[in-house]
Amino acid sequence: MTVVIVGGGPAGLACAVELRRRGVADVLALDREREAGGIPRHSAHQGFGLRDLRRVMSGPRYARRYVELAREAGARVEEEAMVTGWSAEGALEVTSPEGRDMIRPDAVVLATGCRERPRSARLVPGSRPEGVLTTGQLQQLVELYGVQVGKRAVVVGAEHVSFSAVVTLARGGADVVGMTTELPRHQSLAVFRAGAALRYRVPLWTRTAVTGIHGRPRVEEVELVDLDSGQTRSVACDTVVFTADWIPDYELAVLAGLELDPGTRGPRVDTGLRTTRPGIFAAGNLLHGAEPADVAALGGRHAAATAARWLLERCLWPEQRLPIACRAPLRWISPNAVGPGREAPPRGRFGIRSGEFVRNATLEIRQGERLLWSGRVARLVPGRSVSVSSNWLESVDVAGDPVEVRLTRARARLTRLG
Amino acid sequence: MPDHDVVIIGAGVVGTAIARELSQFDLRCMLVEAGPDVGAGTSKANTALLHTGFDMKPGTLESRLDRRGHELLSAYAPEAGIPLERTGALLVAWSDEERAAFPGIVDLSRANGYEAIREVEFDELYRREPHLGPGARGALEIPDEGIVCSFTTPLAFATEAVLGGCELRLNAPVTAAERLEKGGFRVNTARGPLTTRYLVNAAGLRSDEVDQMLGHRGFTVTPRRGELIVFDKLARPLLKHIVLAVPRATTKGVLLAPTVYGNVLLGPTARDVEDKDDTSSTSEGLAYLRSEGERLMPELLAHEVTAIYAGLRAATEHTDYQLSIHAPEGYAVVGGIRSTGLTASMAIAEHVRTELGAAGLPLRPKEDPPAVRMPNIGEAFPRPYVLQERIAENPDYGRIVCFCERVTYGEILDALSGPIPATDLDGLRRRTRVLMGRCQGFFCGARVAAMLAGDRRR
Repeated sequence: MTVVIVGGGPAGLACAVELRRRGVADVLALDREREAGGIPRHSAHQGFGLRDLRRVMSGPRYARRYVELAREAGARVEEEAMVTGWSAEGALEVTSPEGRDMIRPDAVVLATGCRERPRSARLVPGSRPEGVLTTGQLQQLVELYGVQVGKRAVVVGAEHVSFSAVVTLARGGADVVGMTTELPRHQSLAVFRAGAALRYRVPLWTRTAVTGIHGRPRVEEVELVDLDSGQTRSVACDTVVFTADWIPDYELAVLAGLELDPGTRGPRVDTGLRTTRPGIFAAGNLLHGAEPADVAALGGRHAAATAARWLLERCLWPEQRLPIACRAPLRWISPNAVGPGREAPPRGRFGIRSGEFVRNATLEIRQGERLLWSGRVARLVPGRSVSVSSNWLESVDVAGDPVEVRLTRARARLTRLG
Repeated sequence: MPDHDVVIIGAGVVGTAIARELSQFDLRCMLVEAGPDVGAGTSKANTALLHTGFDMKPGTLESRLDRRGHELLSAYAPEAGIPLERTGALLVAWSDEERAAFPGIVDLSRANGYEAIREVEFDELYRREPHLGPGARGALEIPDEGIVCSFTTPLAFATEAVLGGCELRLNAPVTAAERLEKGGFRVNTARGPLTTRYLVNAAGLRSDEVDQMLGHRGFTVTPRRGELIVFDKLARPLLKHIVLAVPRATTKGVLLAPTVYGNVLLGPTARDVEDKDDTSSTSEGLAYLRSEGERLMPELLAHEVTAIYAGLRAATEHTDYQLSIHAPEGYAVVGGIRSTGLTASMAIAEHVRTELGAAGLPLRPKEDPPAVRMPNIGEAFPRPYVLQERIAENPDYGRIVCFCERVTYGEILDALSGPIPATDLDGLRRRTRVLMGRCQGFFCGARVAAMLAGDRRR
């Protein structure tokens, strides 16, 4: 019984540990980097491991710990091994220094993670100078290679990761001249915002879009527009960091012909994290733009439980699945289908994202006209999930209409407010 | 006696092709380039099409050299490892008026000596390009149009020239050029003066400036900027052929084309600009391209954009190439080479060589001219990461560094050494495809920069 896990980040490695614990004989996690561990390898800050390992540590330490745990559990963790595609017969095509391999496991868990959309995908025009980065690249430059990145940086975005980029830039020798967001306010915690303002004196430019980058050979200025007044201005800088705007790394999922969810842009999965193709599971941030590492890891653990049951108890792969959709301003829900037997999602909770700021929101989950659940949420913030209970699954009619999540009532929708 | 027999100014696709052509003869040649690399100007930023010349003005030099160049490059590319795919093109009519232009285009094609053009009916068109937007009325098929790697081509030419003994001087903009009294020329560059018996001006956007230094006033280059959008590889299955527009009086219109790297290209715009260095994209240009894309292939627009770039065509006030040989003085000017230059490059070189020979340049063929085989970066041909034997021989070809484009450590090392090594990230990109993918460096940017700076850790 062989399971191959594609991607050795928190989700993939936690999945490997759990598969071994549940008695799957052969567990192979493939990671394309020189060192497995995923994004936490270069996230130097603290705060990793709370919900999955019940202790708090730095990103690099957390990454190393997971590799150890997987190996101690008896999983094989292969580094510098990249799955580049699927053969016509459905085998995984793998390239590593050992050679070119075809692997046909009994089950596959995709845990390929996500990345930030770069400048080009965000259609920011101008010249193509050096000094335009994503947080992922910035963190590696500073934390793995000790590079001085520039002197004056503009950070695009105002989510958790954007504030983390401010700290990394400071460590890399750059002053942050400002952070921009097209939204009316930042999307992180007040304490992070206050920290950036007080410690690094970073102004936050809300309702501001980047409309051009100029300079040659290095960035000389960015062009900003105030979305409310339409006024443009230029800000001198030598570095621009595009943060957040996560997109799942879905290439292998698409090449496998998996259905994607239009909201998350990751593969559609049911509450057991089964994709639309028998034997292929998906977990972690491949399912949606970034959640914290420990949430990803718990997802990997959950996929392992379903996969082990499927393999060891020879359950049938569900032919039908009941999709769960979101109505605007909600962006997505994950998982986004009801599994057979109405099993619970990871952590017994669904994650829901909104495209707008909403205070005191009432969310409703309906199947046709039937109300399955409704509940109050103090705050919806774009880029941050709220998690809602899954106890409504008991009352779902699995042969019935699709399930829909909507926002019914809000005291204040802060889309246009400053 | 001058230091060199021939100095060629400009290491774009035309200059390098001429250097390659002349390196097959027993000559002391030098190729001088203002920029830090070969093929790093106009040659790198275009639609990279292999043109049949079906729609050119019959009887022009451009028409003749493009046809001959198509033949020469099609034969040379597989030998030299230049990715080239004969995808065929469909020139699509989107209105009855456009369709009414078909007979004229067929006649034009025949007048250009290209007979294989044929009309494709509505249903066949949608069978062959099912993702095309609604409303097409029919198409003309030009089966021999294709795509070719605009990065590897000048690199292959320059590499062959250098291996054949041609000197290459990079980062050496020409500051002055003058005729010497006893014949020949003195050329001052930022890296020192040169003297030469024959001088070839292939300076592209600045060919008019060099021409003026020598007292000629043949033409003026007005850069015409073309912006392009490159879509994600996952969009590649949407498109099988190049999709051309019916040309209008002022423009050839926006086209869709596969790229040899496995992406889909949408563009170009066409706008005259002042600044010969202004390769900036603009929000208006991008908005226009996206509206055209929406019409041509709506599904394409749902895909992620991998890159946006702009190139400058060396347009002049004339409709034909500005290619003339001043035989008595030994000066050849190769200006006004527009987007057909990539296809025509080898024929231009052949033409220049013949004319210089007629002007007295002694052409004694070398006994043992070198042959080059460039590393393949095309998607239609096997690359190291899929080749078991290659990895078994050297495991570095199994260490994928750039995940999006599947570029291995071994290929990056090769590009950092060799006859014309990459000296910057852009040069590395053109030689290997590193950093050209959808993540634009999120995963490997830091490591590739470290490798460029000398880090050799595996």
